[in-house]
This record gives sequence, structure tokens and C-alpha cells, in this order.
Amino acid sequence: MSSNKKYWKSVEELENGSIVEALRNNEFVEAIPTDEFLGNDDAMSSSSTSRRDFLKYVGFSTAAATLAACEGPVNKSIPYVLQPEQIIPGVADYYATSVFDGFDFANLLVKTREGRPIKIDNNTIAGAKFAANARIHASILSLYDNMRLKQPMIDGKDSSWSAVDAKIKTSLAEAKSTGGQVVLLTNTLASPSTEKLISEFISLNPSAKHVVYDAVSSSEALDAFESVYGERALVDYDFSKASLIVSIGADFLGDWQGGGYDSGYAKGRIPQNGKMSRHFQLEANMTLSGAAADKRLAMTVANQKQALVQIYNIVTGASVPVSLDAKFKTDVTKAGQQLKAAGANGVLVSGIQDKNAQLLVLAINQALSSSAYSTAGVRQIRKGSNEKVAQLLQDMKAGSVHTLLMSGVNPVYTLADSAMFVDGLKKVKTSVAFSTKEDETASLTTIAAAVPHYLESWGDLSLTKGSYSLTQPTIRPLFDTKQFQEVLMSLNGTAGSYYDYLKGASASVMAGTTWNKVLHDGIVVSESAGLSGGSADFSGAAASLAQSKPSKGFELVLYTKTGMGDGQQANNPWLQEFPDPITRVSWDNYVTVSNADAKELGLSNEIVANGGLNGSYANLTTAGGLKLENVPVIVQPGQAVGTIGLSLGYGRKAAMKEEMMVGVNAYSLYKGFNELQAVTLEKASGEHEFASVQGQKTLMGRGDIIKETTLEIFNTKDAKVWNEVPMVSLNHEEVAGTTVDLWDSFDRSVGHHFNLSIDLNACTGCGACVIACHAENNVPVVGKSEVRRSRDMHWLRIDRYYSSESTFAEDNERKDNIAGLSSSLSTFNEMEKAGDNPQVSFQPVMCQHCNHAPCETVCPVAATSHSRQGQNHMAYNRCVGTRYCANNCPYKVRRFNWFLYNKNSEFDYHMNDDLGRMVLNPDVNVRSRGVMEKCSMCIQMTQATILNAKREGRSIVDGEFQTACSNACSTGAMVFGDVNDNQSKVTKLAADDRMYHLLEHVGTKPNVIYHVKVRNT
Amino acid sequence: MKKVGNHNSISRKLLLGVTLMLAISFTSFAQDAAPAAATEAPAAAQGADPVKGKELFNSNCAACHKLDAKATGPALRGVAGRHDKAWLYKWIHNSSALIKSGDAAAVKIYEEYNKSVMTAFPQLSEGDIDNIIAYTSEEKAAAPAAVPGQAAAGASNGDDSGVSNNIILGALALVMLMLVVMLFLVNSVLTKVAKVNGIQVAPKTPTTPIWKAFAKNQFLVLVTAIFLLLASAYFVYGFLMQVGVDQNYEPIQPIHYSHKIHAGDNEINCKYCHSAARVSKNAGIPSLNVCMNCHKNIAEVAETTATPEYSKAFYDEQIQKLYTAVGWDKATQSYTGKTQPVKWVRIHNLPDFVYFNHSQHVTVAGIECQTCHGPVETYEIQKQFAPLTMGWCINCHRKTEVKMEGNDYYTKIHEELSKKYGVDKLTAAQMGGLECGKCHY
Repeated sequence: MSSNKKYWKSVEELENGSIVEALRNNEFVEAIPTDEFLGNDDAMSSSSTSRRDFLKYVGFSTAAATLAACEGPVNKSIPYVLQPEQIIPGVADYYATSVFDGFDFANLLVKTREGRPIKIDNNTIAGAKFAANARIHASILSLYDNMRLKQPMIDGKDSSWSAVDAKIKTSLAEAKSTGGQVVLLTNTLASPSTEKLISEFISLNPSAKHVVYDAVSSSEALDAFESVYGERALVDYDFSKASLIVSIGADFLGDWQGGGYDSGYAKGRIPQNGKMSRHFQLEANMTLSGAAADKRLAMTVANQKQALVQIYNIVTGASVPVSLDAKFKTDVTKAGQQLKAAGANGVLVSGIQDKNAQLLVLAINQALSSSAYSTAGVRQIRKGSNEKVAQLLQDMKAGSVHTLLMSGVNPVYTLADSAMFVDGLKKVKTSVAFSTKEDETASLTTIAAAVPHYLESWGDLSLTKGSYSLTQPTIRPLFDTKQFQEVLMSLNGTAGSYYDYLKGASASVMAGTTWNKVLHDGIVVSESAGLSGGSADFSGAAASLAQSKPSKGFELVLYTKTGMGDGQQANNPWLQEFPDPITRVSWDNYVTVSNADAKELGLSNEIVANGGLNGSYANLTTAGGLKLENVPVIVQPGQAVGTIGLSLGYGRKAAMKEEMMVGVNAYSLYKGFNELQAVTLEKASGEHEFASVQGQKTLMGRGDIIKETTLEIFNTKDAKVWNEVPMVSLNHEEVAGTTVDLWDSFDRSVGHHFNLSIDLNACTGCGACVIACHAENNVPVVGKSEVRRSRDMHWLRIDRYYSSESTFAEDNERKDNIAGLSSSLSTFNEMEKAGDNPQVSFQPVMCQHCNHAPCETVCPVAATSHSRQGQNHMAYNRCVGTRYCANNCPYKVRRFNWFLYNKNSEFDYHMNDDLGRMVLNPDVNVRSRGVMEKCSMCIQMTQATILNAKREGRSIVDGEFQTACSNACSTGAMVFGDVNDNQSKVTKLAADDRMYHLLEHVGTKPNVIYHVKVRNT
Repeated sequence: MKKVGNHNSISRKLLLGVTLMLAISFTSFAQDAAPAAATEAPAAAQGADPVKGKELFNSNCAACHKLDAKATGPALRGVAGRHDKAWLYKWIHNSSALIKSGDAAAVKIYEEYNKSVMTAFPQLSEGDIDNIIAYTSEEKAAAPAAVPGQAAAGASNGDDSGVSNNIILGALALVMLMLVVMLFLVNSVLTKVAKVNGIQVAPKTPTTPIWKAFAKNQFLVLVTAIFLLLASAYFVYGFLMQVGVDQNYEPIQPIHYSHKIHAGDNEINCKYCHSAARVSKNAGIPSLNVCMNCHKNIAEVAETTATPEYSKAFYDEQIQKLYTAVGWDKATQSYTGKTQPVKWVRIHNLPDFVYFNHSQHVTVAGIECQTCHGPVETYEIQKQFAPLTMGWCINCHRKTEVKMEGNDYYTKIHEELSKKYGVDKLTAAQMGGLECGKCHY
């Protein structure tokens, strides 16, 4: 039976047959001009290429390509003509140096290979107290930045140094004759020799003055300290001496007053003899310090001011009336009372940008006679004065500045009054920007003077009073550059090189030591006496601070991101790809909004189908009418209601690769150098695509990932209670999971057996290890869209977890109390969301180097295998890219090369140009496409240590074995070593009661160990 | 009826022929072994001993002087003709005193040679100086007219010369041709004889050709196919395994540097030039200043260094290339500062994914360079001796015993491992030398 049913493909076909008919008949919109070519017999026959020829060409080229492929490449080896004595190809040299770029500072050891610096390590010699942060670790890549200024430029044209010198000299002479102002605008220098040069310059040019400008200002704290002690400096707090730390809006584990406090802080955070420090944090944005705190109060800056006065009242016994929000009263009072009780063991710090507030900080610490607070060895790393910079702007506007020399600053980018500066710049006769880049400022000045990177420069630094460190070049200048100091010398008519000048100028601090010794050590420290304690009208300051009124609308709290700082290194792909420790977002800045405010304004974040994070846009308008439009929004747990955060350092456009031009420039809102701005916030249309590396927010009560407890329980209960061992059923009996084994174990007692210990109490999430790993292991940068697809290549990630309730313990309890299916579904759903003021924990996760590694058993080609030394090996050349291992890894630490990330214009980062590739570590393979990679526990470093010992015929002492991450860790959270050495530190840590393995119940027996996080609540 | 006698005789003839040809080819080499004796006629000097003089010259003077060329100091051949002996005694015993005294000739030399003061030799007696003068007064030996290099040809093995191979092959071909002709002749004679004798030669019965029979036998076809497939797989595998293996890679270098002359004839230790091998992962190609340690004074090779293949002029040209590269002006004995780094062709190319460290093998294990690099001291042109394949590395690690005595690093691990394996000596493999990650990271 045949059916006459008719089937339509669409409604249109049924109803309006003609269109469908037309479409069906004309498959192509335009007729393909086949006839034009094939139909024309003349054209075909007269064509010079016949079919036969075509086939011949194809055949020949195929054969030629095949033959060419058989030939191996001819490699050239070019030895030195005259080999420098200290360079042996294949052997690394280390040079001690120090850096201060106006924002970041550190005492360093620079590893060089064949004369090129490839890695930055911390200088651990006694007296060198400032360890490198993530940005300093990444600064080595900025040396090899292809966008650097390669020669001096005059009026945008390439020029020579003699022309530059002549032009500045002429301008100075003209200024002298006409009486025009000469201004030196620099960042804080902290360099005695440079300051000497500048004072010589000023004495030669009477109309000259020196203005110090810090892009991110600490002017109020400096003013307060100056008014009390008569010296423009900052206190160098020693948090290791404090048992109670109260921080009001000071992210001292971040960049507050330069940062660098984490190692001292961490010392007091590891419970010893039942004791550890207690840390209160009162803040608006969620910061690293807030994450580490035992008790964190999310409050507006207005409330912080009141809280500060309240604590001042309690500690000093004053009675200034305060109007603190009622809900904070008990907690703040408790903090104040505990602080008072702690006495000399307590310390209070504050980041409130208000001179009165900063005066109160000094008053409170004086009243406590806090031992963490000392006026000896004060920090000299911020000297900038807001008033003087404002005055300069006025002068420029008035046209009274004749010659402007700028070094280490980029005011066109970093000033909120950028437009005014640009206008003023037009009235300046000769302006010179000493810069490594043709940045926003240097592209507008008369002269863009190319200066060398700090790794190519000489210099001296006095970061704290009494310390003197030298900066020495580790490579010959890559480009035609000249140091600011050299130019000053030629302007001053000083003969000789800056090196000679530096040597001469340093003679006074070299007493009892020699130049070579200081150069070798990198630093010399002399005792510095405390400043005689002055006083000020503290109660007046308290009263006026208590009077300050909260602003209308939102409080915008500007901050600097761990990865980007003040934005000097915005063209550094390592830093761009570095995920923010708190938000876990890379390649962006964004406004952070509290959950409550987001709901009210209709702002949201969501994870879309491809796994990427999307967010709303918002428009910001300050009270002064400044606008910032289309700023992406991140809903931030722990953000104080009524406040929003936005990081500086993004949105740069000049001398940047296109991929790196991300984010918005928040400096445009940094009016009056005040990080606190009153703004209104409104939703804008559109969705922003973030590159976030972590979608999940909470632990869901899974206490076996991050084990947390309180000091009280830790001190009073048995380890089994707070460091629970997972139980499994064996022969119908519950036994500890660690005792059950599916496999026969290897004997690992012979030779070395490496363990990496990570103390979650000491880890602040600073991320120095992430960048150090990047540098050591040639980890590629993959770019924003790839990170969004979760294809980031970081071998070491720092997971961040929020609690859903106010603490992790409550989460665990809530999960344990689930009864029944419906309760479990609804509870888990809620537990996915982070709390409004959650506890935060960081957990660095890299390959766990399991003794029973799940990845090894599934590799079809045995590309990953186990060594006797505890390291899980990955033979890249053997890997065929099945990715089974990554799927079978419970820790998700394996990274797949989806593309060729080097010499590929699709990934135009440092590995795509010859200059950028100079940073690669020659001892580590650069992986190719289709290969799995992961943390190797820095096997190249452990092998090198072993070889050195063998060559010298000696045994290895503890501390010699290091990995890039353990080397970079300034807090001592990461300790690496040989557990077969009974005397080693890591052996003791592995036997510690707090020790646990990540996902212990899986039975992988990892060689990375963690320590239970203890909070002193 | 079968006659089998012929067959035997043919093979015998063949054998005889080959033996004959071989014998001829061997004897043809005998005439090469005529040594050329080119001994210098010692020039007689007045009572002084030039042989002793040569010894003294080499130990005291040769660092700065040459006989026939300017070096740090002037050429010394015939110096007795330029200065009188008394002056020479004074100069050699204390030249600076002579210069100070204002002696015109002394000052002239001092000025000419960049005011470099000659070391005083008070320890040389006048007799010693006479001996040296006697040596420097010898006539320059004329270059031997005969081709002395013929003597250098090594022991003749037959198989190392292309000529002898050709002779053998030619002779064999001739023998084969003769055999074919003889067989044809024999055949025709036999046929004729048969015809004459009236013997009927049975006409060939048409049988199935062998290839058709083969094609019909399916079993045979199958076996052959399998055999061919296996054989081709074997050869393809063998071919593929050779890809990227550059054993005997012998590229032409920008400067013809002879390891034979340096490491062989002059017995310079490998690690004198490749000093980095002791401490670094790279053995290091010596920088040119290392070459100049010696070549500052060696501007030309000795006559005896030349071979038929490479003349003295050729070698001297190579040294000149070094001077050009390093910017050394032979005439003024000074560096010009104009350098041209030498672009050597790299011979040993390990892939990037392999980590190899020379110091581990050279210093720690004490392995001779020749173990991996072959008899370098015999190489006129450097080449890759070892295949540098993973199998080659692994085999060595399997059988090489680790040198542990006197190295404190190994004390503990040796004790533990020897207990574990019950052996006294441990191989690199037992030490974990076969683990992937030890070389691949």
C-alpha cells in the first residue's frame, strides 16, 4: 500500500510555497561563474599552465618537500672569542642585587645563564629582609619586553644621546637665563647616590626643584609620621613580635605601605607550644589580610574610622564620642580590649587615608609601647607628597615650568588629573621622560629618554634607615639606553661613569667592609637608633576623625591587585595571566560588589555553558562627576555592604601589545590621591566575559580538602578530632584509610625521597610561587580566551575557598546534619553559595607526586612513571596526548598543550619573539603541542643539587634541595626536602600532628603534604 | 644419464680465480711501503753542540722566539750574524741592564718589540748560550723534494682502498665472462658431438612454467606474501630507526681543525680545551682565546705535519683563519680588536628533550672522552662516533658500574643499595639511572 501523505519540512513550505521553491531552485545566492572559466575554450587552451604541467608541479613540489623533510637541520655553535672568566656555558651564575621601582622593592639573587638573567630568587643573607613578590619575580620578563624603548627619541623620532644631552643642556641654560622653573619629577628614589646627584643638580640650577610623586600614595601616613617624629618615613612593623594584630583597612599582606610584611606575620601564625598570634581585620574589600584573619569584620571606611576612634578610646582611656554602627560595637570593643590586654604584644595598623587616622595609629602603638612598632630602621620607600604634586600641576597650568625632567613616573596614566597634566605639559618648553617604555607620558614629552631595566643598571638603595644595598647589572644593556643618573651627571658636568660616582658616594657606608663584599652580599646593615618619640594632638585628631561623616552613595575603595600592582608591568604576560588570589580572575580588573548590593542593583555573575564566567557591566560616577563606564562586575563575598572595590593598574594603552590592553584605568577616579571615593553605581547593558580559573566558590563542607580547626580545639583535643583520618571498610570493619592499600608498595627508603610540605597557616596566597614556577619551568602563557576555556597552564595554582556559613566548621556541621534526599539537595544547593562574610582559605595545589599515582596506571604509552625519589616523571617526548592521565587525576593538576604556544603568532606573548625567549630556562624542555605537562617537583633543580654534591664528593645537607616554589616562598609555608634524611626539616614536618594529605581517602599516598589550618578565633 | 663432472670443475676454477686475483691485489700494495728517509744533515758548529742547543732553546726561548718568524721577540735564526757573541751574552744574562746602559742596538730592539722586557737568564752559562747559538745558526732544512707523505699510508688491508676493490671486482667480472663463454662453447661442442653421434636430443616437453605453478599453489603464495611483508616491515623499521641518527656525521667546518694533530700527535689533553666538561653540562667548544694560548707562538705547522691530502700551506691557512677570527695581527704581534666569531657546525645534536650533563660523566663517573666520542685523537675531521640513541645510553647505564670509592656522596646509598641487591658493585641502572625523569625534563 502506498501512501500519498505529503511531508513538509517547515511551516513556510506549507503556507508559502513560492519562497521555499525559489530557495530550493537557487542553492547558491549568486550563480557560480563556472561557464566563464570552463566554457571559454580559448582561455582554456591558451592558458600557459596545462593540466600536465599542473600535475608536474604538484608532483615535483611533493617530492621536493618530502626530500627536504629528510634532511636534518644544520646547527651552528658559536663559542666566545674571548670567554669571560666567570662564565662557563651551562653553569649558572648568581648575582646579588636589589630593586626598587617606586612601588615594589626586594633584595634579590639573580640567576644568569650564559650572561642572561633567567630567574629571580630571594637573597637570604642576614639583613636582606625584603623577599620578592609575584611582580618582582615576573620583572625578569619585563627585561625582555620587546615593546621597550630601544633608543632615545626627540619629538617622536629616533635620536642619539649626544643630541639628547645637548638639548637638555640648552634648555637648562635657557631656563637659567629666563628664570623659568626646572622640575625634577621622580618616584621615591631611596637611593642615596641619586639623591646626592639631584642635590648637586639643584645647586647648579637654582631654579630647580625636586618633586617626589608616588603613583599610589601613602602621603597621609607619611605626613602623620613626619609631624610626630620629624622624618618623612614609614614605620617598619615587625609582626613576628605581635601576639595580637588589629588591622583597620590595612592590607599589610598585600601592598599596604609597600607590603613585604608577610614573612614576619607568618612567623607568628604557626602554632608553637600552643600559641599563635591573633589577627582582627576590619576592612571593606576582601583582601589577602582579610582572608588570613582570625576575625574579619566587613565594614565601610566610615565605620572603620569610628572603630579606630573606639579602639583609641579603649587603649588610651580617652572618651571621644563615636558613632559606630551598632552591629560592630561588640566585636570592635572586644578587639580594643584584647589589644589593650596584649599591651606590648599588640599592634594596630591602619590603611585609612586620613592624617588623623594615621596619627591615631601612632598614638595607639605608642600607648601600647608595642614591640612590633619601632621607629628604628624606618622604611624610606615612600616619600611622595600629594601637596607638592598638586602644586606642580598648578605651576604647569600657569606655564611657569620651563623644563620638566621625569624619571620612573607615568603621570599621564597615573594621575586622576591626567588631562590637566597633558595640558600643562604643552606649556612646558622641554619635557623629558626617563622611561623604559614609550608609555603614556613618554609619548607626549619632547624627549623620551630610554633607560635600562634595573637588571641592566647600577644603583644603591637605602630601603630602610640603616640598610644599604647595591643594585648591579646582570646583563649588558640590551638597547641604546642610559641611566637617569648618567644623564644627570653629564648635565652636572661630573666626569667619570656613574659606577665610579656610586663607588665614591658609597664610601661613607662602607666603613668596616669593602665595596666588593657589599656587592657580593648585596646588602650591608648598620644599627639604626630609634627616633626620639615626639607627640602631637592625638585627642584632637581623634575628635576630628570621629566627626567625619559617611559619604553618600557607595564607597569606592581603590586597591592594587596582587598581580598588577601600580600597573608598571602591564605588558608582562605572566602577570596578566596570574589569577587574582581572591577572585581567581586573570586578564582583567573589575568592580567588586557585595552580594546584597548586587542583588539590589541587578548585577550578577554566572557560569555559562562553556564553563566561562560572565558578569554584568556597571557604570561608576564619582561625586566629583568623574565617570568610568562599562566596568565589569564581580560579586565578591565578604565585600562590605555599601562599598565597592576597583583595582588600579589596568587599562593601559601605550607601549602595550594588543592582547595586554585589558581592563579599565581606575586611576582616573583616584582624585586627590584618595583611594576612597564616593560613587554611584548603576547597571550597564551587556555581559562581560571573564577569564576565571576557578568556578567553584565553597568547599561544600568537604573538610578533607582544607582541614581547619581553632586554636582552642587544637590545644585541647586529640589530633584525631581535628585532623580526622578518613575511615574505610576493610573486611567489614572500619579502619583508617591510610592503612589500606590496593597496591604493593615500593621500597622508598633508599636514596633520596622528596616531600614538599605546605603549611596552610603560613600561606597568605601571595602567589610568588606561581610566578616563580612560571619562570623556572618555561610554563607558557595562553591568553585570555584560552584561560576562559579552563586551558590555563599554571603548574601550580592556589585554590581559594570560601565558607558558605560564617566559618568552615559550620559548613561541615551543616553538611553532617543533612538528613534525607530533599534536604540534601536543597542544602547542597545553598552551600554552593559563599557566605556574606565568609572565612577564606588558600591552598596551593601542584602535582601531588602520588606514590600510587592514578595517572601512571592509565597512560597507554607509559609516558608518566614513578621514580624512586618520589617524583612522578613526565616524559614529554613519549606522550601521545590521550589525556587519560588528566582525567584520572583526582587533583586536576595536569595541563595539556592544546596548541603550540611558542613561535606561534596566535599566541603573541614572550615565547613568540627572540627577545622574550631569552628568559627560558635552558635546563627545562619547552613543550610542544599535544603533550601533557605538569609540575615535575623541579627535578632539574634536585638533580643539579645531587650532581653538585657528587662532583664535590660530599653528602647533601638539609636545605640544599629546593624547588622554585619553596625558594620563592617568603613565609616559610613551603618546605622542600628529603624525608629519608632524619635530620631534615621536612621529615619533622611530615611527622607533625597537623600533617595530612589532600583527598587522603583516595589512597594515592602523595608526596606533597599539607598542614591543618589553625585559626585563633 | 647425467654427467656431473663439469659442475665441480667450474666452481674449482672460480675459487682459483678469486684466490689468484686476491693474491695479485695484495702484492700490488707492497710497493707503497717505501719509506722516505729525509734526515737533516746536521750543520757543524764550532765546538758547540746544536743538539744540546735545541734542547735549551725549546725549554728557555721557544715561548717567545721562533727560529724563522717574529713572535713576541725576533726570529733567532742567524742571530749570531746580527750581534757579536759578547753582546749576546750580556743581553741574555740581563737585557734590561744593557738597555739602561744606553746600548744603541739594545734600545732599538726594545723599542721595536713594544718595550717588552726579555726575561733575564743568568742561569745560562756562556757555553749554554754557545750551544743555543749553534742551534740557531743551523741552515734551514730544505723542504724534502720527494713526496714524504707516501710513507704515511697505513697498513694495507686491501679493503681500505677503493682501487683494490675495483681491481677485484673487475677481475671477478672477467672470470664470470670467461665462464659464460666457456659454458656456451662446451654446450655447442656437446651438441655438435651429439649430432655427429646421431643421438637424438629429446625435444623439450612443454611444462607449466614455474611462476604459473607458483601462482597456483595458494599455500606458497601465502607463505611468500607473509615472508615478504615481514621482511619489508623489518627493513622499513630498520630504516625508520635510522631517521635522526647521525652516526658518522662529519660536516665540513669553517676551520679545518684536526684533532689528530692536537690530541693525537701533540697529546694535548681533551679537557685542556674542553675544560667546561669537568663542571658543566656542556663540554664547551673552546673560546678562541684558548686557541691563542698556544697559537700565539705557533703560526705555522711543521713540515712533518703535512700529509699528501693536506699540505703545509693548507694547514697554515687554517691557522691564519684563526688569526682572522680572533683579530691577531701576526706582523705586529698584537690584537686588532676586529673579531669574527667562528660558526662551527655542531656535530653532536641531542634533541631538546634530553638532558645530558658532561660533568656527571667526566668528573663524577671518570669516563674517558673516547668512550662516547671514539678515538678522537685519530680523527683528522671530527665526526659523530656514537649513535647517540636512547638504546645506546641505556645499554651503557645497564652495564656500567658506578665509581663510588672516595666519594662521600655515595657512602650511605651504596651501603643501603648493596644490602638490598646483595652486590658490592652497583650499576647506573641500579642507582635509578634508567628512570625516565633522570634525563627527560
